[in-house]
Amino acid sequence: MTDLHTPATEIHEQFDDQLDLSVDEIEERLETLVNEYKVPLSEARRSVVNTYLDEAGMERDQLSGGGGNEEVDIADIDAPEEWVDVTGKVVELWDATADAVAQVGLIGDETGTIKFTKWSKSDLPELEEGTVYSLRNVVTDEYQGRFSIKLNRTTTIEELDEDLEVGDDAVEVEGALVDIQSGSGLIKRCPEEDCTRVLQNGRCNEHGEVEGEFDLRIKGVLDDGEEVTEVIFNEEATEELTGISLAEGKEMAMDALDTTVVADEMRQKVLGRYYKVTGPTLGRYVLANEQERLDGPVDAEAMLIKARSI
Amino acid sequence: MAATPTREVARRVFAQEFNDASYTFKESDDERAPVYVLLPTGERANRVFLVGTLTETEDVGEDSEYWQGRVVDPNGDTFFMYAGQYQPDAASMLRELEPPAYVAVVGKPRTYETDEGEVNVSVRPESISQVDEATRDRWVVETAERTLDRMQAFEDAEGGEMDEYVQMATEQYDLPVENYRRAAVGALESLEDQQRESAPTEQ
Repeated sequence: MTDLHTPATEIHEQFDDQLDLSVDEIEERLETLVNEYKVPLSEARRSVVNTYLDEAGMERDQLSGGGGNEEVDIADIDAPEEWVDVTGKVVELWDATADAVAQVGLIGDETGTIKFTKWSKSDLPELEEGTVYSLRNVVTDEYQGRFSIKLNRTTTIEELDEDLEVGDDAVEVEGALVDIQSGSGLIKRCPEEDCTRVLQNGRCNEHGEVEGEFDLRIKGVLDDGEEVTEVIFNEEATEELTGISLAEGKEMAMDALDTTVVADEMRQKVLGRYYKVTGPTLGRYVLANEQERLDGPVDAEAMLIKARSI
Repeated sequence: MAATPTREVARRVFAQEFNDASYTFKESDDERAPVYVLLPTGERANRVFLVGTLTETEDVGEDSEYWQGRVVDPNGDTFFMYAGQYQPDAASMLRELEPPAYVAVVGKPRTYETDEGEVNVSVRPESISQVDEATRDRWVVETAERTLDRMQAFEDAEGGEMDEYVQMATEQYDLPVENYRRAAVGALESLEDQQRESAPTEQ
């Protein structure tokens, strides 16, 4: 049995100032649509709201938030177990790994992206990739410092006929490049479609021995004396950082009959220098979108004033 | 997800404080547990990052190559580093570099006791690279800032609730932390003098 009392109460609150309605009467309307006509709750809710909008002579955007939830920016979600409303575009749908999960993926707004989970038992409509939804009454959750939202049976989903630019929730890190990890420099990737795994001794973990395709990358460590951040520079970023292009890298390896000379050369060019890197995070890595060498003048005087004042 | 051991942060410390950091400890009984030196300003260090002037290199090995490098900070204090067959990249850098040169060094603090019972602190380099003056200058300001932050935490702790490593430092050392503030001031002053000299003179 779908709980219709909660959405009815929310609708009641939304029209409280304009119309003299009782929660029961709203619940009854919802019940007719949901139980008799088998309309999904979100659609039923929409229809009921529209009826009252007409009655009150209001536009949809005049409605208050309803349910007392705050409509939040995705980047601002920083605590678990909060009931919020979000508007966002489904960026990716992943394969649900458990039967209890109907859909799982990534939803984003202008400020960033967040993982969402939709439970099977909540009986909610299917979300589609690339579509913008208004999600009301979702709960925030946290696992190992990363936040997500859960859609539940009281959640209402409204498809919006609009598009939005999803922000890449980029982070900015500064520090000295203190290490270049193995798997950096001139590498070979599996050529199988959608694979791109990095080969180990000519072998792909998934596809066995394959004719690899060359690529450049750096897996580096930025350290500011307080924190370490692992950063991945792709081919373009690696070339910008080191001045070594993929073609030059291949040539160097060919001359030396050894691919490791490329990473060695890169080490000499970048280790021990300070950089500022901006980009989205993926697991424990920051993917460098922009990087800048910090080699401008430093303000010794401000620090000196501080040092003398202690 | 497999538990990846977190990488140790590289502390920033001037040579004077580093060379005073003679007390070492482990956080667990595990044989492979990381060894820390205790900085006198009350912080543990399993790794350091330093930039300075390489003034001298020498092969001090008897049977096989064992390179010693001296890297001097703006106060004229020296970091000693040793690289042998187990640090081939660092050893070959010390073999090839022509002092004087600005170098950036990432490495692990090591201590050893001399026959006279004194504890010497040195760096076992993981990497050495030749850098420019801008990088050196940035390191000096950054290291001054980190040193002052540690000092402030050290002084704030006295009287109040004491940080574990500040507590340890007060127990293990009898060194006035004021010395390290002076080292920070000295390093910044020498940087300022140098910047003034290289700046174009106004008419």
